[in-house]
Amino acid sequence: MPKVTFLRPSGDDIAADVGDGTSVMQAAVAHGVTEIVAECGGTLACATCHVYVAEEHLDRLPPISNDEQEMLDFTAAPRETGSRLSCQLPLGPELDGIVVRCPETQY
Amino acid sequence: MGSSTVIVVGAGQAGCQVASSLREEGFTGRIVLVGAEAHLPYQRPPLSKGHLTGKASRDALWLRPESWFGEQGIEVRTSTRAKHLDTDGRRVLLQDGEALEYDDLVLATGARNRLLRLEGADLEGVLSLRTLDEADEVRVRLEQAARVVVVGGGFIGMEVAATAVQLGKNATVVEVADQLMGRVLSSHTAAFLLQAHRARGLKVELTTTVSQIVGVAGRVAAVDTTDGRRLPADLVLVGVGASPNVELAEQAGLEVDNGIVVDELLRTSAPHVYAVGDCVCAPNPFAGGTRVRLESVQNATAQGRRLAATLTGCPEPFSSVPWFWSDQADLKLQIAGLTTGHTEVAVRGDVSSERFSVYCFSQGRLLGVESVNCPADHMAARRLLSGSTSLSPQDVRRDDFDIKRASTAGSTPAAP
Repeated sequence: MPKVTFLRPSGDDIAADVGDGTSVMQAAVAHGVTEIVAECGGTLACATCHVYVAEEHLDRLPPISNDEQEMLDFTAAPRETGSRLSCQLPLGPELDGIVVRCPETQY
Repeated sequence: MGSSTVIVVGAGQAGCQVASSLREEGFTGRIVLVGAEAHLPYQRPPLSKGHLTGKASRDALWLRPESWFGEQGIEVRTSTRAKHLDTDGRRVLLQDGEALEYDDLVLATGARNRLLRLEGADLEGVLSLRTLDEADEVRVRLEQAARVVVVGGGFIGMEVAATAVQLGKNATVVEVADQLMGRVLSSHTAAFLLQAHRARGLKVELTTTVSQIVGVAGRVAAVDTTDGRRLPADLVLVGVGASPNVELAEQAGLEVDNGIVVDELLRTSAPHVYAVGDCVCAPNPFAGGTRVRLESVQNATAQGRRLAATLTGCPEPFSSVPWFWSDQADLKLQIAGLTTGHTEVAVRGDVSSERFSVYCFSQGRLLGVESVNCPADHMAARRLLSGSTSLSPQDVRRDDFDIKRASTAGSTPAAP
């Protein structure tokens, strides 16, 4: 089972083991990482599941679609190099052990 | 604060948000969340979309994990309702006999689907979709059905109908109005949806309605329309709108008018009683300050967050750009703002390639933007509407118009 670690502004970090195919967003919601709001439930409609992926994992990520690319310009917290919408990151062997930082705000 | 109690009646998206945001705002008192359904709070939007195809797993529906409520010290009562509210004694009585005293009470009672009141509406196979249990039944029956008739071309009806077509069913929508999603969409976008859905194989019958539902041995067999046709059906999905759940508010003597009436701080007419979500009729700056009742995730969560802040000592008027979305097959419809009453539209994008936005104006003022398969336009429109915008229809029609640039040019400082 792939593992994902959420670094939270509070310092109360959470590591989650989830099933293959679960998105990073779903893993966050299922483990009470409330910084990931995911208002639209993962349909790429709201940009409230923004995360910063740690630099060393960036090359393992799936490519950014055009829509995600454009949505990332509308996140509440500043866009940075590792910015992704976590609903677009399905977990599997290639993302096992990924570390993401939660922004201070999503709206 | 540690000794005060907030009771939240209704464990949907709005009620859950109030409870969650109270803790985020540092509220340390007692919180009790009372829900009529057997389930912990869950998301409703996927129920009429991915949940029906089995694409969305049930586990992905929960708004919070079960353990979270305990960790946060939020008491949840499921499968029970508040049946009596005493606003003088600040006491609410639950159906199961429990009496709860409160310092502040939040009504988040939601809405319920309107029913068809005509012959055959109680036949087996005539379904409605709001709750998870109902969605499970629709999913099972949809799998077995060959012919599906959807009564009502609104959000839920169109989402279920589009899903039925994707699953290879013979599906027909019967809509009484002369366009789809009549009250919420511009005629421009509605006309697009009509042809786009027809091109995908959905049948749509406008300006007609159901006269009776015909059964054989207690099971639905066909739908008769008022214009004299008989549409064979193994499954009939009724999606004819919703009514707010206001019985408790009425019993307690609160002001009710198309929902529980609240002021801009989400206060009802009784002291220490507040209301949020689908059950609320609230003054809205995006409706010129008039009172509106909105049924949306955004309204539920934004009101929930706003109220939690008010209850923890930061009272500010509710003012959040309304937005809506509907995924119908591969069409992503998004609406920013409240476009009711618009008199002029300006269209950007390419309608034939199914990517465009319709800007809705009244007296030269932008009311809202409808987008199809243009999520970035939608995000920019929300940003634009959250500030003061002087965007005109002429601006939108200019060749070099760029909504993203327009949305950052106003009161919002440009990104470095």
